[in-house]
Order: sequence, then structure tokens, then C-alpha cells
Amino acid sequence: MDYKPDEMMTVAAARALKNSDVCFVGIGAPSAACNLARLTHAPDITLIYESGTINTKPNVLPLSIGDGELCETALTTVSVPEMFRYWLQGGRITIGFLGAAQLDKFGNINTTIVGDYDSPKVRLPGGGGAPEIAVSCGEIFITLKQTPRGMVDKIDFVTSFGFGKGGDERERMGIKTKGPSRLMTDLAIWEPDPVTKEFTVTSLHPGVTRAQMAETVGWEIKYADSVAETPPPTEEELTVLRDLKARTAAAHGGKTA
Amino acid sequence: MAKFQSLHDAVAENIRDGDTVAYEGFTHLIPHAAAHETIRQKRRDLTLVRMTPDLIYDQLIGMGCARKLIFSFAGNPGVGLLRRLRDSVENGWPHKIEIEEHSHAAMANAYEAGAAGLPCAIFRGYLGAELKRVNPNIKSVTCPFTGEELAAVPAMNPDVGVIHAQKADRQGNVLIEGIVGVQKECILASKRSIVTVEEIVDDLNPHPNACVLPHWTVTSIAQVTGGAHPSYAQGYYPRDNKYYIDWDPIAADRDAFLAWMEENVLKVGPEIFASRVEGL
Repeated sequence: MDYKPDEMMTVAAARALKNSDVCFVGIGAPSAACNLARLTHAPDITLIYESGTINTKPNVLPLSIGDGELCETALTTVSVPEMFRYWLQGGRITIGFLGAAQLDKFGNINTTIVGDYDSPKVRLPGGGGAPEIAVSCGEIFITLKQTPRGMVDKIDFVTSFGFGKGGDERERMGIKTKGPSRLMTDLAIWEPDPVTKEFTVTSLHPGVTRAQMAETVGWEIKYADSVAETPPPTEEELTVLRDLKARTAAAHGGKTA
Repeated sequence: MAKFQSLHDAVAENIRDGDTVAYEGFTHLIPHAAAHETIRQKRRDLTLVRMTPDLIYDQLIGMGCARKLIFSFAGNPGVGLLRRLRDSVENGWPHKIEIEEHSHAAMANAYEAGAAGLPCAIFRGYLGAELKRVNPNIKSVTCPFTGEELAAVPAMNPDVGVIHAQKADRQGNVLIEGIVGVQKECILASKRSIVTVEEIVDDLNPHPNACVLPHWTVTSIAQVTGGAHPSYAQGYYPRDNKYYIDWDPIAADRDAFLAWMEENVLKVGPEIFASRVEGL
């Protein structure tokens, strides 16, 4: 089956999740990936959205973090203070799944502003739950499309902390969780180097060249000693993903998902 | 003791120029009708508090009601950015508002501390996050038992808390169901409060652990059917996701925005909301 790069991205992101995971889901690309995982290889995964819905099984992707679909299909719904205090801060969540407007090679994320904070060129939405998700979940998965504007050498604002300037900075700050452990894009899978913590390409999606990679990333890319080729989406993965997106588009009144 | 009033009177009596007002509802039960009434009554210099400013703050800011915004996520969820908020922050139209920005965890903890009568909230937060640099209200404290450094923010105690809920009974006890967000904390933390409800019933029939605000914790109640639209009321009508998507081009243009506000807010009253949720 033919597929688009963003479908490969969602599939690669979904595959990173295990059936036993308890996952805090960011809206947008992470939400599609988490629900694809649930509808394919990880039927028992616990998905949690910051609106307080625990173990939710939406039939269509929510447009917002708090669509009624999430509450109606959840095991239980708790208040937002309880969600952040007992469940996130309490250390009960294994994976935080985040997107990013800007990302650097050490997994630090900016979703706050482009330009200067006091007189921004673009005022982005801000952090929401992400600053605490980034340090309270067992580990962090990130998914976004590779663009030179998105994957930059220096982000304009550290909304959510990854590895800072790399190495052991995270431990030195007293943060006990693992931090960003995988990055799934439309072109590749990246993992942090065990020592420097710089994101390193470990797998290229089928047909992706290193020249294409260089054009879409604002820093000099490091590759692992042996770079794998990501298996293409299976027919099942693509069918389930497209059905989910079609149901979602119909439910949201014709939005192209 | 909750007072039953028209929405007009509830807003007129409780919300004053210069007040700090929190219109809460986490995606669900956002009090749109109450915000529109505030716009019609031309309140000015408000400090608006809300975790997720959403369309209602885009509208309040674009209509010049706000002096300051305290928030943690300012987007049109799943659609994009809040264009009236951006125009204020980036270009000063209609004027530049002051910003106090937090994370969700900080805001939720601040409301909880406000409800609990504490001066501040303490939590494990903002580690490595740059908001600490730009927001002087984010400080830290050292745990006296373990020595761990924790984040601290001031308790949130608005002058007025405004929420929408499913029902009130005739005594003014209020029932909230579904995604309950920070609404209970917001009302308990606020000096005065306005609750709009879908309906007023003889008996709430709450289960023992339901989210209920006793009548003596609420200042004013106004019945507004559909009063959360385009947000939703679980059990009554779903979120109008198409409306959220359609808002983007309206908010993108100052003239289109003002024309829309004239037609859909200034020229109508709260009774219009019932027709907006019909057939959803």
C-alpha cells in the first residue's frame, strides 16, 4: 500500500508504545499515534488526557483535550488538580507523549513564543501541561514533522526541559525521570546518545536520504553506527489509521484531519 | 445563599470594572453566555484568569474588556492559535494586555490552594522551564523535611468565579458532571460567584460522591439553556467542533471579528444560546 510521510510518522510513533504503558497523551499528532497503538498492537494501553480522563478509549480522535468522547469512554474522570497532583506528579505515568513547535537536539521543547518573550514575533499557545509532563513521566516520546523552522539549533524559549545542554545536566538538576527517549518524525526515528544525550538517528524511513534529512534539520545530524530502515506501515496499520481519521473528520463536521 | 437572577443582573451585580474574574471550565462547560453578557455590559480593565483561554477570552480581549491575562494554554484546541489574543500581544490591538503565564499544574494547584485557604501552592514543577525567568510569581521553597526544592506560586483567589453547570435545584445547590476541571476549586476560591445552569430541577439526585456545590457557596445562579455553546454540557449537547474550526478565519481579521461580535453577541441576549444547541 502507498502511504504518506505523515502516516509513516504516526505509525512509527504508535509502534513505540507497549500494551502495558500508562501514557499521558498530548493533543494532535501524539493523540493519533496513541490511539493507533490502542487500536492495533496495544489494546490494553492506558491513555490519560490532562482533562482528567483515565483509561479512555475514544472512537474518534478528540479535537480538544477535553472532548465529551474522552469522558464517555473513560474508566473514570478525575478533577484537573487531582490529575496533575496524584497521577502525574505522583509518578504513576510511564510515558508522556508530546509534540513541539520548536525542538532542539537535546529534546528541549518550545511551544511558547517565536522571538523575544516580551515582544514576540509569534505568540504560541504556551506550555499547558507539558512543563511538568516533561519531568514527571517515566520517559518522554516526541513526535513532529521535520522542518528547518521546527528542528532548530537553538530554541527561542525552553517551555519543557529535555536534557538541557546535554550530558548529565538532567540528573544534576535532581530530575529522576529518564527524559526524552525517542523522537519519531515523518522521516526518521531518533534516540538520545547514551552519554551526550544528543538525538541521534537510529532508523530512516524507507526511501529517505541523508540529503533530505540535512535539508529539514537546523543542526548537524549525528547518525548511529548502524542505521536501520524503518519497516513500512503494514496494511493493517494503514487501514486502521485511515478509518480513524475518516471517522474523526466526519465527526468534526468536515475538518480535514 | 444562592440568589436566582437573570444573567444580566448576575453579571451587573457581581462583575465590576477592574475585577479579577475567572471564567472556568476545562474544555467542557465553558461559560460562554456569561462572557458574552460581560462584553455587552462593557466591563473594562478586567484581569482574566483561565487555564485555557479558549474562544471566550479571544472575544473578551478583542472587545477590549481585559487589562491582564493569567493563563497556562492559550490556543484554539486542535485548530491553532488565538488570533485576537495574538493581535493584542503582538500588535497592541485594541490594546496590549499584560500576561502572567503558568503551567497547567501551577494553575490547578493555585486554585486548589485558593479553595483551601492557603497563601500559596507548593508542587514539583517548572524544573528546567524558562517560565520561571519571565514570571516573578514563580518562586521556590525548600521542603523542611527532605530538603527538596519545590515550586511555589501564589494561591488564586479571584474576585469573581464564573462557571456553567448542568443543573441547580430550587435551593441553589449545583451539580457538575463529566470533565469537572477546576470548577469546584474556582468557585470555592472566589469571593463572589456566578453559576449558569442548563436547567433548574426539583431534585438533583446526586450520587454520594458527585461534584456538588452547596447553595451557600454560590452567589448568583442564572438559568441559560445552551449557555456553554460552542463548548458542551455532558448529557445535554456535544462540543460544537465545527464552530471552533470556523472561528479561526473570523478571528483572523479585525473587521470580520467586530462584525461577528455585533451580530452574534451585542445584538442578541442569552436566550439565543438555546437555539444554538438545537440539533447538535
